Amino acid sequence: MSADPTAAPSGPGSPAMASPSTALVGLDPRPGVPKPDPILVVDDVERRFGGLTAVDVEHLEVQRGVITALIGPNGAGKTTLFNLVTGFDRPSSGSWTFDGRSMSNVNAAKTSRAGMVRTFQLTKALSRMTVLDNMRLGARDQPGENMLAALARPLWRRREQEITAKADELLVRFKLDHLRDEFAGSLSGGQRKLLEMARALMSDPVMVMLDEPMAGVNPALTQSLLGHVQALRDEGMTVLFVEHDMHMVRHISDWVVVMAEGRVVAEGPPEGVMADPAVIDAYLGAHHDTDLGDDALLADEVIEQLEHEAQVEEEEHHGKQS
Amino acid sequence: MDWQRMLTLAAGELIAPQTAAFALAAIGLNVHFGFTGLLNMGHAGFMLLGAYGFAISTIAGAPFWLAFLVAIVAAILFALILGIPTLKLRGDYLAIVTISAAEIIRLLGRSTLFTDLTGASSGLRGNTYKATFQALSPLPDGTTAIGPFEYGNNLSNGWWVRIAAWALVLLAVLVVYLLVRSPWGRVLRGIREDEDAVRALGKSVYAYKMQALVLGGVLGALGGVVYVLPTSVQPDAMGRAMTFFVWTVLLLGGAATIFGPILGAMIFFVALSVVRTSMRELLPSDIFGPAQIEPLSGILIGVFLMLLVIFRPQGIMGDKKELTFHVR
Ligand SMILES: Nc1ncnc2c1ncn2[C@@H]1O[C@H](COP(=O)(O)OP(=O)(O)OP(=O)(O)O)[C@@H](O)[C@H]1O
Ligand SMILES: [Mg+2]
Repeated sequence: MSADPTAAPSGPGSPAMASPSTALVGLDPRPGVPKPDPILVVDDVERRFGGLTAVDVEHLEVQRGVITALIGPNGAGKTTLFNLVTGFDRPSSGSWTFDGRSMSNVNAAKTSRAGMVRTFQLTKALSRMTVLDNMRLGARDQPGENMLAALARPLWRRREQEITAKADELLVRFKLDHLRDEFAGSLSGGQRKLLEMARALMSDPVMVMLDEPMAGVNPALTQSLLGHVQALRDEGMTVLFVEHDMHMVRHISDWVVVMAEGRVVAEGPPEGVMADPAVIDAYLGAHHDTDLGDDALLADEVIEQLEHEAQVEEEEHHGKQS
Repeated sequence: MDWQRMLTLAAGELIAPQTAAFALAAIGLNVHFGFTGLLNMGHAGFMLLGAYGFAISTIAGAPFWLAFLVAIVAAILFALILGIPTLKLRGDYLAIVTISAAEIIRLLGRSTLFTDLTGASSGLRGNTYKATFQALSPLPDGTTAIGPFEYGNNLSNGWWVRIAAWALVLLAVLVVYLLVRSPWGRVLRGIREDEDAVRALGKSVYAYKMQALVLGGVLGALGGVVYVLPTSVQPDAMGRAMTFFVWTVLLLGGAATIFGPILGAMIFFVALSVVRTSMRELLPSDIFGPAQIEPLSGILIGVFLMLLVIFRPQGIMGDKKELTFHVR
């Protein structure tokens, strides 16, 4: 897991990996803890939908150059928080900075150009364009995207070749190269997820924000992509991702932020945070004395079992109320 | 019934200035709808504005190219006025705003407010603004016959206007071809499908939509200029029906294709000519006078447009996989 010697020992079979997360070693694992080198700083951001407060984050910092996981039960506000900081939604109140610049009133396109590039939980593969064109669209600095320059091919042909080469490289990595010239609409759900992630990487983002990137992707490929994400981090990219798959969270994240009902309820290194009672409460209701970081728990059946129990419990609870 | 005459008439529509005018306008609408997904339901407004811009400035004494430029600038301004409030909203808003804006142009044109400029509902006679264009003709006076086509070289509905009109159409096709296969065109196609996806990749969707609206509008205005060169400016001939004809032309040929608008315009006017002549010949003229033939052919066009969208939404040249409608 992490190179953090003080962290709880990781379970058997968990690969030991070098990680740049040493910066976060010894950090007090409490919600809103300041990081040594934060790239994204969120302050008092609130988003209400009518009477429902979807997001209410007092303070959150995301460390530069590490992989941070954002987890929490369904409806916790993870996607809404993504939408807010990437300029796709407007907060009821609050502010945030990215790389030291205030981004609260910056639109989605400019946010992306500043280096904060996101993917969507519900994939947005452009289905009537080819896979390759989808990829090329993700690239930056293409002079041919200017209307006048577009008329003169020599002005943009070289850059187009570079972009295409890069796209091809990423497509190989994401095992989509054989679909290069197909319309993206003919891809399967998992392939679309992959395409969207690969497309986001075309621009070499400073920080990439992935909303459930591995949902529906086959496990073998997930493994190799996780390696790829780690490689990106090692090259200096910051990664923030939302994921329900605890394997993945444990496997690659350097830091985990837990949201529930719009708030950040816990933060910390993955092993620690999954043992945090607040987190277990958020996920499974108040009556479990189990540890989400426990390896035995990570078997899907056990998680399903627990979730089922939690659901039954909740239903009973509601039943009593009404 | 004189088949020979009917076929010659119909074939004449292939190269008629009116066909070129609609081809140009449809190329513009294709930039809007086919490549960017903008629902412009008032394309005739751009055409009428171009026609007024050209005619009025010529009458005021402007040389040809200045008047041409005025038509273009009028379309640019109109596009900006329409686009600034609506392009940030959902697509349907543009449709509503363009319908009403085009009607406003027409109603202003035919109102007595500006009779001195626009000639109100009687419009502007062709002779008042044709001279600068005719003067540009390099052709000697006389009549030329090529195959079944025989026209005066420099008559107001002769060879010169045909040559100029189709040259303009080819130029427009070339420009649009260069643009849509460029990275700029790729961004437009992305926007057509999912604006948010394109935004997430850092493109200023609003700016691209505005550029597309302006380009398509300018092509519409040029179509309007070509349309009135052999005839006259009649605001009531350039209303909602004209918008729907342009749509028919575009969908017939195939939205989001390069040559679709030209093919669509040719087929449309040939078919219309055949339908009109045969109705005139075959239907009893005591019941179906010319006053009935016109609306009847309008109804036929409407039915045809419906059938087209239902049974062949991609048009003649379109690729079903790259449809601009959401069809499985
Ligand atoms: N546009 C909206 N209008 C009204 N309510 C919304 C809207 N978007 C989100 N919500 C509500 O806000 C809450 C948080 O939703 P959000 O999508 O952020 O959850 P999430 O943490 O991403 O959940 P999941 O893990 O299921 O994706 C939910 O209760 C949801 O119903
Ligand atoms: Mg979500």
